[in-house]
Amino acid sequence: MSLVVDSITKRFGRFAALKGASFTVPQGAFVALLGPSGSGKTTLLRILGGLEFPDDGAVRFADMNWLGVPARERRAGFVFQQYALFRHMTVAQNIAFGPSVRPRRERPSRKEIAHRVEELLHLVQLDGLGGRYPSQLSGGQRQRVALARALAIEPRMLLLDEPFGALDAKVRKDLRIWLRALQERLGITTIFVTHDQEEAFAIADLVAVMNAGVIEQYGTPQDLRRAPRTPFVAEFLEQTGSAPN
Amino acid sequence: MRRPTDDSILTRGLLIAITIGFIGIFLLLPLLTVFTSALANGLQAALDALRDPDAISAIKLTLIVAAIAVPLNLVFGVCAAWLVSKYDFRGKSLLISLIDLPFSVSPVVSGLIYVLMFGLQGWLGPWLRDHDIRIIFALPGIVLATIFVTFPFIARELIPLMTDQGRDEEEAAVTLGASGLQTFLRVTLPNIKWALLYGVLLCNARAMGEFGAVSVVSGHIRGLTNTMPLHVEVLYNDYQYVGAFAVASLLALLALVTLTFKSLLEWRYADEIAATHRH
Repeated sequence: MSLVVDSITKRFGRFAALKGASFTVPQGAFVALLGPSGSGKTTLLRILGGLEFPDDGAVRFADMNWLGVPARERRAGFVFQQYALFRHMTVAQNIAFGPSVRPRRERPSRKEIAHRVEELLHLVQLDGLGGRYPSQLSGGQRQRVALARALAIEPRMLLLDEPFGALDAKVRKDLRIWLRALQERLGITTIFVTHDQEEAFAIADLVAVMNAGVIEQYGTPQDLRRAPRTPFVAEFLEQTGSAPN
Repeated sequence: MRRPTDDSILTRGLLIAITIGFIGIFLLLPLLTVFTSALANGLQAALDALRDPDAISAIKLTLIVAAIAVPLNLVFGVCAAWLVSKYDFRGKSLLISLIDLPFSVSPVVSGLIYVLMFGLQGWLGPWLRDHDIRIIFALPGIVLATIFVTFPFIARELIPLMTDQGRDEEEAAVTLGASGLQTFLRVTLPNIKWALLYGVLLCNARAMGEFGAVSVVSGHIRGLTNTMPLHVEVLYNDYQYVGAFAVASLLALLALVTLTFKSLLEWRYADEIAATHRH
Protein backbone atom coordinates (compact mmCIF):
# COMPACT_ATOMS: atom_id res chain seq x y z
CA MET A 1 0.00 0.00 0.00
CA SER A 2 2.93 2.35 -0.46
CA LEU A 3 2.74 5.49 -2.56
CA VAL A 4 5.31 5.81 -5.36
CA VAL A 5 5.73 9.18 -7.07
CA ASP A 6 7.89 8.80 -10.16
CA SER A 7 9.47 11.67 -12.16
CA ILE A 8 6.49 14.02 -12.12
CA THR A 9 6.78 17.10 -14.33
CA LYS A 10 4.23 19.87 -14.62
CA ARG A 11 4.30 23.17 -16.49
CA PHE A 12 1.89 26.10 -16.21
CA GLY A 13 2.46 27.95 -19.46
CA ARG A 14 6.15 28.85 -19.42
CA PHE A 15 6.60 28.20 -15.70
CA ALA A 16 7.91 24.76 -14.80
CA ALA A 17 6.27 23.97 -11.46
CA LEU A 18 7.67 20.45 -11.18
CA LYS A 19 10.80 19.19 -12.93
CA GLY A 20 10.87 15.46 -12.24
CA ALA A 21 9.87 14.92 -8.62
CA SER A 22 10.21 11.37 -7.26
CA PHE A 23 9.75 9.90 -3.79
CA THR A 24 8.23 6.87 -2.09
CA VAL A 25 5.98 6.94 0.94
CA PRO A 26 5.64 3.77 3.04
CA GLN A 27 2.12 2.77 4.13
CA GLY A 28 0.94 4.78 7.11
CA ALA A 29 3.85 7.24 7.08
CA PHE A 30 3.57 10.95 7.76
CA VAL A 31 5.51 12.87 5.11
CA ALA A 32 6.09 16.62 4.99
CA LEU A 33 6.74 18.43 1.71
CA LEU A 34 8.87 21.34 2.84
CA GLY A 35 10.00 24.27 0.72
CA PRO A 36 9.65 27.96 -0.02
CA SER A 37 6.62 29.24 -1.92
CA GLY A 38 6.83 28.44 -5.63
CA SER A 39 8.84 25.27 -5.03
CA GLY A 40 6.08 23.06 -6.40
CA LYS A 41 4.91 21.41 -3.17
CA THR A 42 1.25 22.40 -3.44
CA THR A 43 1.18 21.42 -7.13
CA LEU A 44 2.53 18.00 -6.19
CA LEU A 45 -0.14 17.62 -3.50
CA ARG A 46 -2.90 18.66 -5.92
CA ILE A 47 -1.66 16.07 -8.41
CA LEU A 48 -1.94 13.38 -5.71
CA GLY A 49 -5.49 14.60 -4.98
CA GLY A 50 -6.49 14.55 -8.66
CA LEU A 51 -7.01 18.33 -8.89
CA GLU A 52 -4.13 18.76 -11.36
CA PHE A 53 -2.63 16.40 -13.89
CA PRO A 54 1.11 16.11 -14.56
CA ASP A 55 2.58 16.51 -18.04
CA ASP A 56 4.77 13.50 -17.48
CA GLY A 57 5.58 10.89 -14.85
CA ALA A 58 3.62 8.29 -12.91
CA VAL A 59 2.05 7.77 -9.51
CA ARG A 60 1.31 4.33 -8.09
CA PHE A 61 -0.66 3.75 -4.93
CA ALA A 62 -1.44 0.29 -3.59
CA ASP A 63 -0.43 -1.03 -7.04
CA MET A 64 -3.02 1.14 -8.79
CA ASN A 65 -2.23 3.60 -11.58
CA TRP A 66 -3.26 6.48 -9.31
CA LEU A 67 -3.32 9.07 -12.11
CA GLY A 68 -5.90 6.97 -13.95
CA VAL A 69 -8.34 7.21 -11.03
CA PRO A 70 -10.62 10.30 -11.25
CA ALA A 71 -10.44 12.67 -8.27
CA ARG A 72 -13.93 11.78 -7.07
CA GLU A 73 -13.07 8.08 -6.92
CA ARG A 74 -9.67 8.43 -5.26
CA ARG A 75 -10.96 8.85 -1.72
CA ALA A 76 -8.00 11.10 -0.98
CA GLY A 77 -9.02 13.30 1.94
CA PHE A 78 -7.90 16.78 0.96
CA VAL A 79 -7.66 19.60 3.49
CA PHE A 80 -7.30 22.99 1.82
CA GLN A 81 -5.22 25.90 3.01
CA GLN A 82 -8.30 28.11 3.39
CA TYR A 83 -10.37 25.08 4.55
CA ALA A 84 -12.88 25.47 1.67
CA LEU A 85 -15.78 24.57 3.95
CA PHE A 86 -19.22 24.79 2.36
CA ARG A 87 -20.30 28.09 3.82
CA HIS A 88 -24.03 27.56 3.30
CA MET A 89 -24.02 24.26 5.21
CA THR A 90 -23.79 23.61 8.93
CA VAL A 91 -20.77 21.85 10.38
CA ALA A 92 -22.71 18.58 10.48
CA GLN A 93 -23.84 18.97 6.85
CA ASN A 94 -20.26 19.72 5.83
CA ILE A 95 -19.02 16.52 7.44
CA ALA A 96 -21.93 14.50 6.03
CA PHE A 97 -21.32 15.77 2.48
CA GLY A 98 -18.91 13.00 1.38
CA PRO A 99 -21.06 10.04 2.50
CA SER A 100 -24.27 11.66 1.24
CA VAL A 101 -23.08 12.15 -2.37
CA ARG A 102 -22.21 8.50 -2.85
CA PRO A 103 -24.20 6.53 -5.44
CA ARG A 104 -27.48 5.36 -3.91
CA ARG A 105 -26.58 1.69 -3.49
CA GLU A 106 -23.36 2.53 -1.63
CA ARG A 107 -24.83 5.36 0.41
CA PRO A 108 -25.22 4.79 4.15
CA SER A 109 -28.67 5.50 5.60
CA ARG A 110 -29.41 8.93 7.07
CA LYS A 111 -29.18 7.45 10.53
CA GLU A 112 -25.80 5.90 9.87
CA ILE A 113 -24.50 9.18 8.42
CA ALA A 114 -25.76 11.15 11.43
CA HIS A 115 -24.09 8.65 13.74
CA ARG A 116 -20.83 8.88 11.83
CA VAL A 117 -20.97 12.70 11.98
CA GLU A 118 -21.34 12.54 15.77
CA GLU A 119 -18.35 10.21 16.00
CA LEU A 120 -16.22 12.49 13.86
CA LEU A 121 -17.27 15.61 15.78
CA HIS A 122 -16.14 13.83 18.92
CA LEU A 123 -12.89 12.76 17.27
CA VAL A 124 -11.99 16.35 16.33
CA GLN A 125 -13.22 17.61 19.72
CA LEU A 126 -16.11 19.67 18.39
CA ASP A 127 -18.94 17.90 20.24
CA GLY A 128 -22.16 19.89 20.15
CA LEU A 129 -21.07 22.29 17.40
CA GLY A 130 -22.72 20.35 14.54
CA GLY A 131 -25.46 22.96 14.13
CA ARG A 132 -23.12 25.94 13.73
CA TYR A 133 -22.17 27.51 10.41
CA PRO A 134 -18.48 27.76 9.43
CA SER A 135 -18.60 31.55 9.76
CA GLN A 136 -19.45 31.12 13.46
CA LEU A 137 -16.28 29.14 14.21
CA SER A 138 -12.71 30.12 15.02
CA GLY A 139 -9.88 29.33 12.63
CA GLY A 140 -8.72 26.31 14.61
CA GLN A 141 -12.27 24.95 14.80
CA ARG A 142 -12.77 25.39 11.03
CA GLN A 143 -9.52 23.53 10.50
CA ARG A 144 -10.80 20.59 12.50
CA VAL A 145 -14.14 20.61 10.65
CA ALA A 146 -12.21 20.44 7.36
CA LEU A 147 -10.27 17.46 8.72
CA ALA A 148 -13.43 15.72 9.96
CA ARG A 149 -15.04 16.26 6.55
CA ALA A 150 -12.03 14.68 4.85
CA LEU A 151 -12.05 11.76 7.31
CA ALA A 152 -15.77 11.11 6.70
CA ILE A 153 -15.04 9.55 3.31
CA GLU A 154 -12.79 6.94 4.99
CA PRO A 155 -9.85 8.26 3.00
CA ARG A 156 -7.11 6.06 1.62
CA MET A 157 -4.65 8.92 2.16
CA LEU A 158 -4.75 12.36 3.75
CA LEU A 159 -3.45 15.37 1.83
CA LEU A 160 -2.99 18.53 3.89
CA ASP A 161 -2.11 21.83 2.22
CA GLU A 162 -0.55 24.19 4.78
CA PRO A 163 -3.39 23.30 7.13
CA PHE A 164 -2.15 25.51 9.95
CA GLY A 165 -1.07 28.40 7.75
CA ALA A 166 -3.83 30.75 8.84
CA LEU A 167 -3.60 30.04 12.58
CA ASP A 168 -1.63 31.75 15.32
CA ALA A 169 1.51 30.14 16.76
CA LYS A 170 -0.03 28.71 19.94
CA VAL A 171 -3.00 27.05 18.19
CA ARG A 172 -0.63 25.78 15.50
CA LYS A 173 1.50 23.91 18.01
CA ASP A 174 -1.44 22.38 19.87
CA LEU A 175 -3.12 21.30 16.66
CA ARG A 176 -0.04 19.68 15.15
CA ILE A 177 0.58 17.55 18.23
CA TRP A 178 -3.07 16.55 18.18
CA LEU A 179 -3.00 15.85 14.42
CA ARG A 180 0.07 13.64 14.68
CA ALA A 181 -1.49 11.61 17.50
CA LEU A 182 -4.71 11.23 15.50
CA GLN A 183 -2.84 10.17 12.35
CA GLU A 184 -0.89 7.52 14.27
CA ARG A 185 -4.09 6.17 15.75
CA LEU A 186 -5.84 5.96 12.36
CA GLY A 187 -2.74 4.81 10.48
CA ILE A 188 -3.54 6.77 7.30
CA THR A 189 -0.73 7.66 4.90
CA THR A 190 -0.48 11.43 5.19
CA ILE A 191 1.23 14.05 3.02
CA PHE A 192 1.56 17.46 4.58
CA VAL A 193 2.66 20.64 2.78
CA THR A 194 4.41 23.35 4.77
CA HIS A 195 7.00 26.07 4.39
CA ASP A 196 7.80 25.95 8.11
CA GLN A 197 10.88 23.84 8.79
CA GLU A 198 10.26 23.58 12.52
CA GLU A 199 6.72 22.35 11.91
CA ALA A 200 7.86 19.79 9.33
CA PHE A 201 10.55 18.39 11.61
CA ALA A 202 8.27 18.25 14.62
CA ILE A 203 5.48 16.36 12.94
CA ALA A 204 6.80 14.20 10.08
CA ASP A 205 8.46 10.77 9.81
CA LEU A 206 10.01 11.79 6.51
CA VAL A 207 10.66 15.22 5.05
CA ALA A 208 11.05 16.06 1.36
CA VAL A 209 12.81 19.39 0.92
CA MET A 210 11.65 20.97 -2.33
CA ASN A 211 13.15 23.79 -4.35
CA ALA A 212 12.26 25.08 -7.81
CA GLY A 213 10.31 21.99 -8.85
CA VAL A 214 12.70 19.30 -7.65
CA ILE A 215 13.10 17.34 -4.41
CA GLU A 216 16.52 18.37 -3.13
CA GLN A 217 16.61 15.80 -0.35
CA TYR A 218 14.26 13.23 1.12
CA GLY A 219 14.84 11.57 4.47
CA THR A 220 14.14 11.55 8.19
CA PRO A 221 14.50 14.84 10.07
CA GLN A 222 17.63 13.43 11.73
CA ASP A 223 19.24 12.59 8.36
CA LEU A 224 18.47 16.01 6.99
CA ARG A 225 19.88 17.77 9.98
CA ARG A 226 22.98 15.62 10.14
CA ALA A 227 23.85 15.53 6.47
CA PRO A 228 22.22 18.12 4.22
CA ARG A 229 22.99 16.95 0.70
CA THR A 230 22.84 20.22 -1.20
CA PRO A 231 23.78 23.81 -0.38
CA PHE A 232 20.10 24.74 -0.70
CA VAL A 233 19.02 22.25 1.97
CA ALA A 234 21.79 23.34 4.33
CA GLU A 235 20.92 26.97 3.88
CA PHE A 236 17.16 26.45 4.13
CA LEU A 237 17.49 24.48 7.37
CA GLU A 238 19.97 26.95 8.80
CA GLN A 239 17.88 29.99 7.97
CA THR A 240 14.90 28.86 9.94
CA GLY A 241 17.11 27.42 12.72
CA SER A 242 17.12 23.76 13.75
CA ALA A 243 14.36 22.62 16.06
CA PRO A 244 15.32 22.28 19.73
CA ASN A 245 13.86 18.78 20.10
CA MET B 1 -17.68 63.69 19.04
CA ARG B 2 -16.57 64.69 15.57
CA ARG B 3 -14.73 62.16 13.52
CA PRO B 4 -12.10 63.34 11.06
CA THR B 5 -14.14 61.98 8.16
CA ASP B 6 -17.27 63.90 9.13
CA ASP B 7 -18.12 66.79 6.85
CA SER B 8 -19.60 70.05 8.10
CA ILE B 9 -23.35 70.28 8.52
CA LEU B 10 -23.51 72.64 5.54
CA THR B 11 -21.79 70.17 3.19
CA ARG B 12 -23.92 67.34 4.40
CA GLY B 13 -27.10 69.34 3.98
CA LEU B 14 -26.11 70.34 0.48
CA LEU B 15 -25.35 66.75 -0.53
CA ILE B 16 -28.68 65.55 0.84
CA ALA B 17 -30.55 68.36 -0.92
CA ILE B 18 -28.89 67.62 -4.27
CA THR B 19 -29.57 63.90 -4.00
CA ILE B 20 -33.20 64.27 -2.99
CA GLY B 21 -33.76 67.00 -5.55
CA PHE B 22 -32.28 64.89 -8.31
CA ILE B 23 -34.24 61.77 -7.42
CA GLY B 24 -37.41 63.84 -7.05
CA ILE B 25 -37.18 65.63 -10.38
CA PHE B 26 -35.81 62.83 -12.52
CA LEU B 27 -37.38 59.73 -10.96
CA LEU B 28 -40.34 60.39 -8.70
CA LEU B 29 -42.00 63.25 -10.60
CA PRO B 30 -42.19 61.38 -13.95
CA LEU B 31 -43.47 58.29 -12.15
CA LEU B 32 -46.16 60.37 -10.49
CA THR B 33 -47.06 61.95 -13.83
CA VAL B 34 -47.55 58.53 -15.39
CA PHE B 35 -50.05 57.50 -12.73
CA THR B 36 -51.92 60.82 -12.59
CA SER B 37 -52.21 61.00 -16.39
CA ALA B 38 -53.57 57.46 -16.46
CA LEU B 39 -56.22 58.43 -13.94
CA ALA B 40 -57.01 61.82 -15.59
CA ASN B 41 -60.46 60.61 -16.68
CA GLY B 42 -61.04 58.47 -13.62
CA LEU B 43 -60.18 54.89 -12.71
CA GLN B 44 -62.89 53.42 -14.95
CA ALA B 45 -61.42 54.99 -18.10
CA ALA B 46 -57.98 53.64 -17.23
CA LEU B 47 -59.33 50.13 -16.59
CA ASP B 48 -61.32 50.23 -19.84
CA ALA B 49 -58.13 51.11 -21.72
CA LEU B 50 -56.47 48.03 -20.21
CA ARG B 51 -59.44 45.85 -21.19
CA ASP B 52 -59.16 46.85 -24.84
CA PRO B 53 -58.43 43.70 -26.95
CA ASP B 54 -55.24 45.24 -28.40
CA ALA B 55 -54.03 46.08 -24.90
CA ILE B 56 -54.78 42.57 -23.66
CA SER B 57 -52.96 41.09 -26.63
CA ALA B 58 -49.96 43.35 -25.95
CA ILE B 59 -49.89 42.30 -22.27
CA LYS B 60 -50.11 38.64 -23.27
CA LEU B 61 -47.33 38.98 -25.84
CA THR B 62 -45.07 40.72 -23.32
CA LEU B 63 -45.63 37.94 -20.78
CA ILE B 64 -44.97 35.23 -23.38
CA VAL B 65 -41.76 36.92 -24.56
CA ALA B 66 -40.49 37.30 -20.99
CA ALA B 67 -41.47 33.70 -20.17
CA ILE B 68 -39.28 32.47 -23.05
CA ALA B 69 -36.40 34.96 -22.89
CA VAL B 70 -35.77 34.99 -19.13
CA PRO B 71 -35.39 31.20 -18.61
CA LEU B 72 -33.13 30.97 -21.67
CA ASN B 73 -30.95 33.79 -20.39
CA LEU B 74 -30.93 32.15 -16.97
CA VAL B 75 -29.30 29.10 -18.54
CA PHE B 76 -26.97 31.11 -20.81
CA GLY B 77 -26.03 33.46 -17.98
CA VAL B 78 -25.13 30.67 -15.55
CA CYS B 79 -23.12 28.85 -18.24
CA ALA B 80 -21.22 32.00 -19.22
CA ALA B 81 -20.54 33.01 -15.62
CA TRP B 82 -19.40 29.49 -14.75
CA LEU B 83 -17.04 29.42 -17.72
CA VAL B 84 -15.55 32.84 -17.04
CA SER B 85 -15.17 32.49 -13.28
CA LYS B 86 -14.06 28.89 -12.85
CA TYR B 87 -11.80 28.26 -15.84
CA ASP B 88 -8.75 29.88 -17.38
CA PHE B 89 -8.57 29.82 -21.15
CA ARG B 90 -7.38 31.84 -24.10
CA GLY B 91 -9.70 34.59 -25.25
CA LYS B 92 -11.36 34.91 -21.85
CA SER B 93 -11.23 38.71 -21.81
CA LEU B 94 -12.67 38.75 -25.32
CA LEU B 95 -15.56 36.61 -24.10
CA ILE B 96 -16.20 39.00 -21.19
CA SER B 97 -16.29 41.92 -23.63
CA LEU B 98 -18.72 40.00 -25.83
CA ILE B 99 -21.00 39.36 -22.86
CA ASP B 100 -21.08 43.13 -22.30
CA LEU B 101 -21.74 43.87 -25.96
CA PRO B 102 -25.53 44.26 -25.62
CA PHE B 103 -24.92 46.96 -22.98
CA SER B 104 -22.79 49.03 -25.32
CA VAL B 105 -24.67 48.51 -28.58
CA SER B 106 -27.74 50.65 -29.21
CA PRO B 107 -30.86 48.45 -28.96
CA VAL B 108 -31.97 49.69 -32.38
CA VAL B 109 -28.79 48.29 -33.88
CA SER B 110 -29.33 44.94 -32.19
CA GLY B 111 -32.81 44.83 -33.68
CA LEU B 112 -31.48 45.72 -37.11
CA ILE B 113 -28.96 42.86 -36.94
CA TYR B 114 -31.84 40.39 -36.82
CA VAL B 115 -33.67 42.13 -39.67
CA LEU B 116 -30.48 41.90 -41.75
CA MET B 117 -30.16 38.21 -40.95
CA PHE B 118 -33.73 36.98 -41.03
CA GLY B 119 -35.66 39.71 -42.88
CA LEU B 120 -37.01 39.13 -46.40
CA GLN B 121 -34.01 40.96 -47.91
CA GLY B 122 -31.63 39.42 -45.32
CA TRP B 123 -29.07 36.62 -45.62
CA LEU B 124 -31.44 33.87 -44.60
CA GLY B 125 -34.58 35.65 -45.86
CA PRO B 126 -35.21 33.69 -49.10
CA TRP B 127 -34.54 30.33 -47.43
CA LEU B 128 -36.87 31.14 -44.53
CA ARG B 129 -39.59 32.30 -46.96
CA ASP B 130 -39.28 29.08 -48.98
CA HIS B 131 -39.73 27.03 -45.83
CA ASP B 132 -42.56 29.25 -44.59
CA ILE B 133 -40.76 30.27 -41.38
CA ARG B 134 -41.49 33.75 -40.08
CA ILE B 135 -38.99 35.31 -37.70
CA ILE B 136 -39.10 39.04 -38.36
CA PHE B 137 -42.47 40.73 -37.63
CA ALA B 138 -43.38 37.67 -35.54
CA LEU B 139 -42.85 36.19 -32.08
CA PRO B 140 -39.45 34.52 -32.79
CA GLY B 141 -37.89 37.83 -33.83
CA ILE B 142 -39.21 39.62 -30.76
CA VAL B 143 -37.89 36.85 -28.51
CA LEU B 144 -34.48 36.87 -30.22
CA ALA B 145 -34.15 40.65 -29.88
CA THR B 146 -35.20 40.49 -26.22
CA ILE B 147 -32.73 37.71 -25.45
CA PHE B 148 -29.95 39.71 -27.07
CA VAL B 149 -30.69 42.86 -25.13
CA THR B 150 -31.15 41.15 -21.75
CA PHE B 151 -28.32 38.65 -22.05
CA PRO B 152 -25.75 40.43 -19.82
CA PHE B 153 -28.00 40.94 -16.78
CA ILE B 154 -27.67 37.51 -15.20
CA ALA B 155 -24.09 36.80 -16.29
CA ARG B 156 -22.95 40.22 -15.06
CA GLU B 157 -24.59 39.67 -11.68
CA LEU B 158 -22.93 36.27 -11.24
CA ILE B 159 -19.39 36.75 -12.61
CA PRO B 160 -17.96 38.97 -9.83
CA LEU B 161 -19.51 36.82 -7.09
CA MET B 162 -18.40 33.50 -8.57
CA THR B 163 -14.91 34.84 -9.29
CA ASP B 164 -14.68 36.04 -5.71
CA GLN B 165 -15.81 32.67 -4.35
CA GLY B 166 -13.18 30.84 -6.41
CA ARG B 167 -13.10 27.11 -7.06
CA ASP B 168 -12.05 25.87 -3.62
CA GLU B 169 -15.46 24.63 -2.57
CA GLU B 170 -16.03 22.90 -5.91
CA GLU B 171 -12.64 21.23 -5.65
CA ALA B 172 -13.40 20.13 -2.10
CA ALA B 173 -16.72 18.65 -3.27
CA VAL B 174 -14.97 16.66 -6.02
CA THR B 175 -12.34 15.24 -3.65
CA LEU B 176 -15.21 14.20 -1.36
CA GLY B 177 -16.70 12.16 -4.21
CA ALA B 178 -19.32 14.46 -5.72
CA SER B 179 -20.10 14.32 -9.44
CA GLY B 180 -20.13 17.46 -11.58
CA LEU B 181 -23.92 17.74 -11.32
CA GLN B 182 -23.94 17.14 -7.55
CA THR B 183 -21.24 19.77 -7.14
CA PHE B 184 -23.26 22.28 -9.14
CA LEU B 185 -26.58 21.59 -7.42
CA ARG B 186 -25.31 21.25 -3.85
CA VAL B 187 -22.35 23.63 -3.72
CA THR B 188 -22.30 26.16 -6.58
CA LEU B 189 -26.01 26.89 -6.89
CA PRO B 190 -26.72 27.52 -3.18
CA ASN B 191 -23.77 29.92 -3.09
CA ILE B 192 -25.06 32.02 -5.97
CA LYS B 193 -28.82 31.79 -5.48
CA TRP B 194 -29.32 35.39 -4.28
CA ALA B 195 -27.25 36.93 -7.05
CA LEU B 196 -29.06 34.67 -9.48
CA LEU B 197 -32.44 35.85 -8.21
CA TYR B 198 -31.43 39.51 -8.55
CA GLY B 199 -30.21 38.82 -12.05
CA VAL B 200 -33.49 37.16 -12.98
CA LEU B 201 -35.53 40.06 -11.55
CA LEU B 202 -33.50 42.66 -13.44
CA CYS B 203 -33.50 40.58 -16.59
CA ASN B 204 -37.28 40.17 -16.37
CA ALA B 205 -37.88 43.88 -15.81
CA ARG B 206 -35.82 44.73 -18.85
CA ALA B 207 -37.32 41.94 -20.97
CA MET B 208 -40.81 43.31 -20.36
CA GLY B 209 -39.76 46.92 -20.83
CA GLU B 210 -37.49 46.64 -23.87
CA PHE B 211 -38.50 49.06 -26.63
CA GLY B 212 -35.79 49.81 -29.20
CA ALA B 213 -34.71 46.37 -30.39
CA VAL B 214 -38.23 44.96 -30.26
CA SER B 215 -39.58 47.98 -32.13
CA VAL B 216 -37.35 47.23 -35.12
CA VAL B 217 -38.24 43.53 -35.44
CA SER B 218 -41.90 43.63 -34.42
CA GLY B 219 -43.49 45.49 -37.32
CA HIS B 220 -46.05 47.09 -34.96
CA ILE B 221 -48.95 44.90 -36.02
CA ARG B 222 -51.72 45.83 -33.59
CA GLY B 223 -53.15 42.97 -31.62
CA LEU B 224 -50.46 40.67 -32.99
CA THR B 225 -46.84 41.80 -32.61
CA ASN B 226 -47.14 44.81 -30.31
CA THR B 227 -45.65 44.36 -26.87
CA MET B 228 -46.64 46.63 -23.99
CA PRO B 229 -43.99 49.31 -24.60
CA LEU B 230 -44.83 49.37 -28.31
CA HIS B 231 -48.53 49.55 -27.52
CA VAL B 232 -47.86 52.59 -25.32
CA GLU B 233 -46.18 54.32 -28.23
CA VAL B 234 -48.96 53.49 -30.66
CA LEU B 235 -51.64 54.82 -28.30
CA TYR B 236 -49.63 57.93 -27.53
CA ASN B 237 -49.16 58.70 -31.23
CA ASP B 238 -52.93 58.27 -31.65
CA TYR B 239 -53.51 60.94 -28.97
CA GLN B 240 -55.09 58.31 -26.69
CA TYR B 241 -53.27 59.65 -23.65
CA VAL B 242 -55.32 57.88 -20.97
CA GLY B 243 -54.84 54.52 -22.65
CA ALA B 244 -51.14 55.13 -23.21
CA PHE B 245 -50.57 56.12 -19.62
CA ALA B 246 -52.74 53.30 -18.28
CA VAL B 247 -50.55 50.72 -20.02
CA ALA B 248 -47.46 52.69 -18.99
CA SER B 249 -48.67 52.58 -15.38
CA LEU B 250 -48.84 48.82 -15.60
CA LEU B 251 -45.19 48.74 -16.76
CA ALA B 252 -44.20 51.18 -14.01
CA LEU B 253 -46.02 49.04 -11.44
CA LEU B 254 -44.05 46.05 -12.62
CA ALA B 255 -40.83 47.93 -11.99
CA LEU B 256 -42.02 48.94 -8.52
CA VAL B 257 -43.03 45.38 -7.66
CA THR B 258 -39.62 44.13 -8.83
CA LEU B 259 -37.85 46.70 -6.67
CA THR B 260 -40.02 45.97 -3.63
CA PHE B 261 -39.47 42.25 -4.03
CA LYS B 262 -35.71 42.75 -4.28
CA SER B 263 -35.62 44.98 -1.18
CA LEU B 264 -37.79 42.55 0.77
CA LEU B 265 -35.44 39.69 -0.05
CA GLU B 266 -32.42 41.75 0.92
CA TRP B 267 -34.01 42.66 4.22
CA ARG B 268 -35.30 39.20 5.03
CA TYR B 269 -32.13 37.28 4.12
CA ALA B 270 -29.47 39.88 4.91
CA ASP B 271 -27.42 37.45 7.05
CA GLU B 272 -27.48 34.68 4.53
CA ILE B 273 -26.57 37.02 1.68
CA ALA B 274 -23.61 38.33 3.65
CA ALA B 275 -22.52 34.77 4.48
CA THR B 276 -22.29 33.68 0.86
CA HIS B 277 -19.67 36.34 0.25
CA ARG B 278 -16.17 35.55 1.39
CA HIS B 279 -15.24 36.84 4.90
